Amino acid sequence: MSAVIDHHHDDHAHGPAKGLMRWVLTTNHKDIGTMYLWFSFAMFLLGGCMAMVIRAELFQPGLQLVEPEFFNQMTTMHGLIMVFGAVMPAFVGLANWMIPMMIGAPDMALPRMNNFSFWLLPAAFGLLISTLFMAGGGPNFGWTFYAPLSTTYAPPSVTFFIFAIHIAGISSIMGAINIIATILNLRAPGMTLMKMPLFVWTWLITAFLLIAVMPVLAGVVTMMLMDIHFGTSFFNAAGGGDPVMFQHIFWFFGHPEVYIMILPAFGAVSAIIPAFSRKPLFGYTSMVYATAAIAFLSFVVWAHHMFTVGIPLTGELFFMYATMLIAVPTGVKVFNWVTTMFRGSLSFEAPMLFSVAFVILFTIGGFSGLMLAIAPADFQYHDTYFVVAHFHYVLVPGAIFGIFASAYYWLPKWTGHMYDEVLAKTHFWMSFIGMNLAFFPMHFVGLAGMPRRIPDYHMMFANFNMISSVGAFMFGVTQLLFLFIVIKCIRGGKKAAAKPWDGADGLEWTVPSPAPYHTFSTPPEVK
Amino acid sequence: MNEEGLSTKRLVGRLLLLVVGMFGFGFLLVPIYDVMCEAFGINGKTSNSAFQGSVQGVDEERNVRVQFISSNAEGMIWSFGPEAAEIVLHPGEAHTMNFIAHNPTDRPMVAQAIPSVSPSKAAAYFHKTECFCFTQQVLQPGERVEMPVRFIVDPGLPGDVRRLTLAYTLFDVTERMAASLDLAGLH
Repeated sequence: MSAVIDHHHDDHAHGPAKGLMRWVLTTNHKDIGTMYLWFSFAMFLLGGCMAMVIRAELFQPGLQLVEPEFFNQMTTMHGLIMVFGAVMPAFVGLANWMIPMMIGAPDMALPRMNNFSFWLLPAAFGLLISTLFMAGGGPNFGWTFYAPLSTTYAPPSVTFFIFAIHIAGISSIMGAINIIATILNLRAPGMTLMKMPLFVWTWLITAFLLIAVMPVLAGVVTMMLMDIHFGTSFFNAAGGGDPVMFQHIFWFFGHPEVYIMILPAFGAVSAIIPAFSRKPLFGYTSMVYATAAIAFLSFVVWAHHMFTVGIPLTGELFFMYATMLIAVPTGVKVFNWVTTMFRGSLSFEAPMLFSVAFVILFTIGGFSGLMLAIAPADFQYHDTYFVVAHFHYVLVPGAIFGIFASAYYWLPKWTGHMYDEVLAKTHFWMSFIGMNLAFFPMHFVGLAGMPRRIPDYHMMFANFNMISSVGAFMFGVTQLLFLFIVIKCIRGGKKAAAKPWDGADGLEWTVPSPAPYHTFSTPPEVK
Repeated sequence: MNEEGLSTKRLVGRLLLLVVGMFGFGFLLVPIYDVMCEAFGINGKTSNSAFQGSVQGVDEERNVRVQFISSNAEGMIWSFGPEAAEIVLHPGEAHTMNFIAHNPTDRPMVAQAIPSVSPSKAAAYFHKTECFCFTQQVLQPGERVEMPVRFIVDPGLPGDVRRLTLAYTLFDVTERMAASLDLAGLH
């Protein structure tokens, strides 16, 4: 993307600096957004490679390729890297690029902090990945790092894992503060809160979620650190602590975290579906309130991850009903997206394909979530592949498809070129088929009792696992095509108009494509 | 512009305060968790100190079966177990059960027993007037002790609970205690 931006020099403002130091020292929201997006894509490929190791091992029953110990490290690191390294930074990257342009701001409110919060990420993930090469290996306790697996029984490298989480958490918190300050203080005149695009709204709410729960995550890993090195007993029953408390504190962070990973995708899809339906979004206000309701409810449902640890019946009932309640605002959103498409003049370019798939497949993931919310049934599903199927259905066609849709939707704005539509549609269909092949059979093996995070399985699961692996390989390889499409789009292609999508709406389409290095130095007038 | 800069500063200040507050809240969850567990008698947690109150008479009409289970945490090599697997009693009666521990090693060791009652809703009705779990146990090489737990099952125990289980897990805390207290005779 740099090559393109370099061509463009505003008459009155300076362009980007030359050379490598441009990227190290930049405070420009577009540069930082680009770096976030590339970083998250690199992490996506790395986490994807780990998923390939997992699926290769599970291709057949029996231990074939890797040691169980290494398999555990792969499942753990795959989860950690995808959650903290791929999905979250990708959305921060989109926020950096788009939020200032959507609200008519010249840049983020705190540009230097913006630079710092990005550059913390390579440090955090460098540290995390380096644990794989240490004696005793990397984290092997699952991405949820339940104590005492992650304390008493953890490999020595766990301390590096803890610091990596600390650094990534600080980065997220700073990013969130920056986004809130930008949205609340830098809106163009006339851009009232209820005129903001939904992507901005969902990110505002996400940022508050981040500020509320990332410090709790920092707290829980600090407690682990103290248990491991300073002789405290937060999670050690011998000293009066309780391992179950770890799960409570972790999921108090963890449940809002899953909405952190999906709300910005809701926002992006709420921009894309109207654009390709050539109709305004149905029920804008209800979308805002539904997002806020989901965010609020996300704080009172955490123990649905813990139905089997032995919480009292009243607790199970409360968390069961509270969890089911989330289906109501989520249903409002799905209804609004479908109604937006209803009787629209639909066209199915790549962003729309990903968005429609998002609505359908995310809903499937939501339904399996409802099944898991039923406390008595959850005793059967808990820690099986059904759970794996559920959260991959909300994360892959949810968060990841949301990111792909956003990338295709705004690539013309970022690069000034149209991407290759044929290749992009190929990317979509390969991803769609691969993803469903990989994750749908997991529902069945999960219901039949196949446990998650195990490198071997009973013969009766062999066929479905082979299908899953084939689908996963297909999905994985296809992402290299995405890399090719993006590079091709950066290097050239049909020139993009300022507003390449005729149904699109928003301030970002009023600036030329590619977006100049500095936009909205003078605030636009919003009516 | 200046005014705006100030308000951004104030906003960031408040958000940072929220961050610090939530970090503190994470730690506050620890005492909240303990208080909740104790207040509602959930999680099978029983009190860490001797029961001081009194119970309302003996319910001769009812029999409750109390089972005793012992297990060793990882790395603990003492032999440890109750004298009897279970007793049948009337709620309100005081009973004593001895647990026997034996240190088979050639070094002094310190142990901590952690009790747990199930079903967890019965925990609040299980009163220990005396328990070896209230203190740590130091055993010399080859020493064998009988450790009593004296308890009363509250007559208010919900009617559907006919059987409850008291489980102890014995943890080896020798190293931890040696490090922090340097107990006499441990070295």
